[in-house]
Amino acid sequence: MSNFSKAFSSTLGRKLIMCLTGLFLCSFLIVHLTGNFQLFKNDGGLAFNQYAHFMTHFTPIKVVSYLLYSSILIHTIWALIITLKNKKARPVAYAITPKDGSIWSSRNMGVLGTILFVFIVVHMANFWYKYHQGYTPLIEYRTDLNSGATMSRTISESEFTGYVSYIDNGIEITKSEDLYLEVSNAFQQWWLVLFYVIAMAALSFHLVHGFQSAFQTLGWNNSKYRPLIKFIGVWIFSILIPIGFAAMPIYFFFK
Amino acid sequence: MNLTLKVWRQKNSTSTGKFVTYKAEEISPDMSFLEMLDVVNEGLVKKKEEPIQFDHDCREGICGMCSLVINGEPHGPKRATTTCQLHMRSFKDKDTIVIEPWRANSFPVVKDLAVDRSAFDRIQQAGGYVSVGTGGVPDANEIAIPKVIADEAFNSATCIGCGACVAACKNASAMLFVSAKISQYAMLPQGQPERYQRAEAMVMKMDEEGFGSCTNTYACEAQCPKEIKVTNIARMNREFFTAEFIKG
Ligand code: SF4
Ligand code: FES
Repeated sequence: MSNFSKAFSSTLGRKLIMCLTGLFLCSFLIVHLTGNFQLFKNDGGLAFNQYAHFMTHFTPIKVVSYLLYSSILIHTIWALIITLKNKKARPVAYAITPKDGSIWSSRNMGVLGTILFVFIVVHMANFWYKYHQGYTPLIEYRTDLNSGATMSRTISESEFTGYVSYIDNGIEITKSEDLYLEVSNAFQQWWLVLFYVIAMAALSFHLVHGFQSAFQTLGWNNSKYRPLIKFIGVWIFSILIPIGFAAMPIYFFFK
Repeated sequence: MNLTLKVWRQKNSTSTGKFVTYKAEEISPDMSFLEMLDVVNEGLVKKKEEPIQFDHDCREGICGMCSLVINGEPHGPKRATTTCQLHMRSFKDKDTIVIEPWRANSFPVVKDLAVDRSAFDRIQQAGGYVSVGTGGVPDANEIAIPKVIADEAFNSATCIGCGACVAACKNASAMLFVSAKISQYAMLPQGQPERYQRAEAMVMKMDEEGFGSCTNTYACEAQCPKEIKVTNIARMNREFFTAEFIKG
């Protein structure tokens, strides 16, 4: 065990912590994005609300979500520790900042990370916190199983005793918290939409360096794998995923 | 050529330094950068002023003694070239050239532009060798080593220990140097018996010396006069993690 703590407190070990938490967060982005695509469905938010309920009430996912919260915190705190130590390694600055051929984002991961951290706090306060505190509006869906038509109406606290979904006389009734409405309302504010788009741009720049960097840290950088890692890092993580997320606030704003 | 130099002057490791401006006049474009400084120093000596201290030895690009951050670039503007092999034709007449020492906590300034790089020696002494008696020269091809591996190990071994990687890195990290020294043995049969001990000992020593932590900007690779590749750092990570988590 002492060997483990020694290894993790070395400069390489600290990088490994950044790398593992970072890759875990990357994998979460895929899940989060895929799930959130339910927002684009034209069903009054039924699928999205069902999904939100599942994600917050299914035990294995709850366990993973705690792993996720700790990863965010560890990734942030370790970044601070590493940055402070690195600053100490060069107490006297150069008069002329060394030109070094490195990409901009690789030198500014801290700035990008700070934007992302602020974003995560705002994002969680907007949706996660309200949802968990039960501040979200309530909705009832009635789907006629013969015709497939869905009707919905806002319901009051007194009509709601927790999430239910049952079939009554050929009609599927779902009573749920209406996170969809919460999302839709939030993105009527232009400044919030702008903030989300900026944060996703920061995500893009963070990941264009971060994803590939994680594999370098793992020691998985050679001529065989590099093109594949680069392809995934650039096209999936720093282009497709941020665009996918940014599309959501924009969609609701113009809807 | 006539040039204006802004040179970092610092009395010793404890004093704070400052830039002093000098004129370098009638410099031949065929002089090396160090010869240009020699000319400036001769002038200073004639005026009974203290000459500018800078490190050098072979002046052939093989010993790793010369240094200098020239206009923000370790070993100056020419790629894959040490300061001693940099010629004044890489500059223009009437240029202003800013000359600074390697700046890193682990490389304290001895005087002016000369820094103490003994931290590198101590990292080497921690494990950058093969401790078995090697005896006489073995017959050629007695130990079969595939060409690609031999080339790769040789490339790593071309590191001259100059410290430009530390100077270039925004974190003053020594990982390019250390990884080259670990790699040159990790790939060859002679290095196997102490392979993981070596990786652990050298990394721990590097940390103890106070170098920063790599953030994969790859400035080191861009500035290394011997074009040591950052794939060495990936290999070092692998060697170290294997040593720590797998080999115990
Ligand atoms: S890796 Fe390159 S820059 Fe660093 S010490 Fe070796 S030769 Fe110099
Ligand atoms: S003086 Fe030996 S490498 Fe420059």
